[in-house]
Amino acid sequence: MTDPMPMMAAEEATVADRAKTPRRVGKRADRRSGRAAVFLLKQLGVYVVTGFLALVLNFVIPRFMPGDPALQLADRLRQQTGQSPSPDVMAKIDALYGDPHKNLVAQFVDYVDHVVHFDFGLSISQYPTPVKDLVWQALPWTVALVGTTTVIAWLIGTALGAWTGWRPGRAVDSGLTSLSTFLHAVPAFWFALLMLSLFSFRLGWFPSSGGYDPSVPYSLGNLWFVLSILKYSFLPAMALIVLGFSTWQFTMRNVMVTTIAEDYVQFARAKGLSERRVMFGYAARNAMLPNITGLAHALGGVIGGVVLVETVFTYPGMGYLLTQGVAAKDFPLMQAIFFMLVFAVLVSNFVADAVYVLLDPRTGQEQS
Amino acid sequence: MRIRLPRSARVRVGLGVFLFFCLVGVIGPWIVTHVMHTTAEHSDFNAVAAGPSWHHLLGTTTSGQDCLAQLLEGARGSVFVGLLSGFIAMALAALVGVTAGFTGGITDRLLNAFANVVMTLPSFILLIIVAGYINSPSILLSSAIIGLVEWPGGARYLRAQAMSMRGRDFTTALIAIGESRWRILVVEVMPHLTGIISAMFLRAVVAGVFAQAGLAFLGIGGSTVSWGFVIGAAQQHGAIGLGLWWWYVPPGLCIALLGTATALVNFGVDEVSNPALRNASSGVRKAMKRAERELAARRSQETEGATA
Repeated sequence: MTDPMPMMAAEEATVADRAKTPRRVGKRADRRSGRAAVFLLKQLGVYVVTGFLALVLNFVIPRFMPGDPALQLADRLRQQTGQSPSPDVMAKIDALYGDPHKNLVAQFVDYVDHVVHFDFGLSISQYPTPVKDLVWQALPWTVALVGTTTVIAWLIGTALGAWTGWRPGRAVDSGLTSLSTFLHAVPAFWFALLMLSLFSFRLGWFPSSGGYDPSVPYSLGNLWFVLSILKYSFLPAMALIVLGFSTWQFTMRNVMVTTIAEDYVQFARAKGLSERRVMFGYAARNAMLPNITGLAHALGGVIGGVVLVETVFTYPGMGYLLTQGVAAKDFPLMQAIFFMLVFAVLVSNFVADAVYVLLDPRTGQEQS
Repeated sequence: MRIRLPRSARVRVGLGVFLFFCLVGVIGPWIVTHVMHTTAEHSDFNAVAAGPSWHHLLGTTTSGQDCLAQLLEGARGSVFVGLLSGFIAMALAALVGVTAGFTGGITDRLLNAFANVVMTLPSFILLIIVAGYINSPSILLSSAIIGLVEWPGGARYLRAQAMSMRGRDFTTALIAIGESRWRILVVEVMPHLTGIISAMFLRAVVAGVFAQAGLAFLGIGGSTVSWGFVIGAAQQHGAIGLGLWWWYVPPGLCIALLGTATALVNFGVDEVSNPALRNASSGVRKAMKRAERELAARRSQETEGATA
């Protein structure tokens, strides 16, 4: 949902070029690993700068927004608790959202100090729970739901893509590609609403909200509790899988189509290798490269991509927590979640780069 | 300049649907007032939460508002934000990408690094955060913030294209005869990229419509009526539980159709820029088969002639 029409053509063009030739065992391994190290260092530089930019954005946005967020926050605290916030709490709010008595540099130093200790203060919407606790409670739900569905969607999409791209132009190919084109354009929150109305309200097969059965003891050791998690997460999971596989199918198909035209695939065929072996051992194996790094990228975006779906199903994860925070103007919560997300994205991007270097020895060769 | 119709049927259908929605965005509100003689906010208390009928073609909401009127009015909100944010995103992408790719050197490195950095930030989350701080952003402001986060992908692609332009003979020749870089860039290089830029513009428009829909659904996209706004309102008023599908299904379908239309156009463009994909399209395959059949027929005729 973040990027409904990803700039696929751009990615694919370079990626397809890279996937063209199979891995080869080169002679000059030293120089290559040196290049790989330079490439990874460069990427690391980009991510450090990005992380810093996120930090600056989070620092700047509340300070330059119309209507002083620090004052708003203090007001809301007053409403919530019925008393003026203590000087201690006010000091913390000022550090995070702008202290009128200090200059910007001193403010920034203060701010960074709080952030590196992951201290975002107390939540407004669920006062006086520390934001940290709310985030840690929500995190496992999202990681479990989205981690699982992303991997399943990836497997389905990649397999279908290999199958359709192997013999492009068949009825199966055009049918599936049209279907995934449409699914790719469907807004996730709308699709989630449709599933909710059909399977939950009309048919009554699944619960309409929540992440577990509240009448069952809350413990992972309890079998009924675990089963209730499966039951409650079924609809959100299905929504994410049905909408999620199309991108993978699409990329895999297109790279597969360019790969099967390659000489080495033709040669493998001419050698008389079995269809299956050519398809899996030669074509799909190389065509999969973009999808593998794509998976590493996607796992970082895990939390971001499901904000709306979690909200529709009121699933107790990070996405729902974020929208609750936004609705209640809970600035501390919003800041903390934004940081977590950026951090996850940066780490997974770096992992994706490292995986690419491992899988494709030519990475970093072409100067870009 | 002559306007040519694109040859691919998919591109034609896609462009047609896209233009149709743009048209609805422009004349939709006019139809609501002058043909339907109502407004998106007007409540008909004789028909509350009523299903589709002759009087209300797409039914009514829980407060008796006409769903078709809301759909038409919402088309303007959605399409307007899409077009404006798409324009902002593409203008930035062209400015940064083409300048970087064509100039090269340190400028290129800095601009490219900047695009990479912005691209790495999770854009939708950033949008939610920014929109969350602003109290009910206006339609112009939400277009601007959407445009400001959606440009880097396009910039990177245009940079690659501009880099390949820099090495072409005609640019080398123009540089050699002392043409200024800016003139080459604007007059000679840009026209080569218009096709790609316009295809990317469509993509950016749909990305904008999607982003706006998400924000509006969450209730932080401002008070302008848009498709996402209507779906959000439907959910808040319990339309899902009450089974009022005519309220929330049509707007989502419109978004999905608009997205599909753009994807169709982009398929066509990809097939032009990537010949391997072109061979895969069924039209070409059919043509190849026909040619093969003809060849075989001719050959068999020839052999028959030879034996006779």
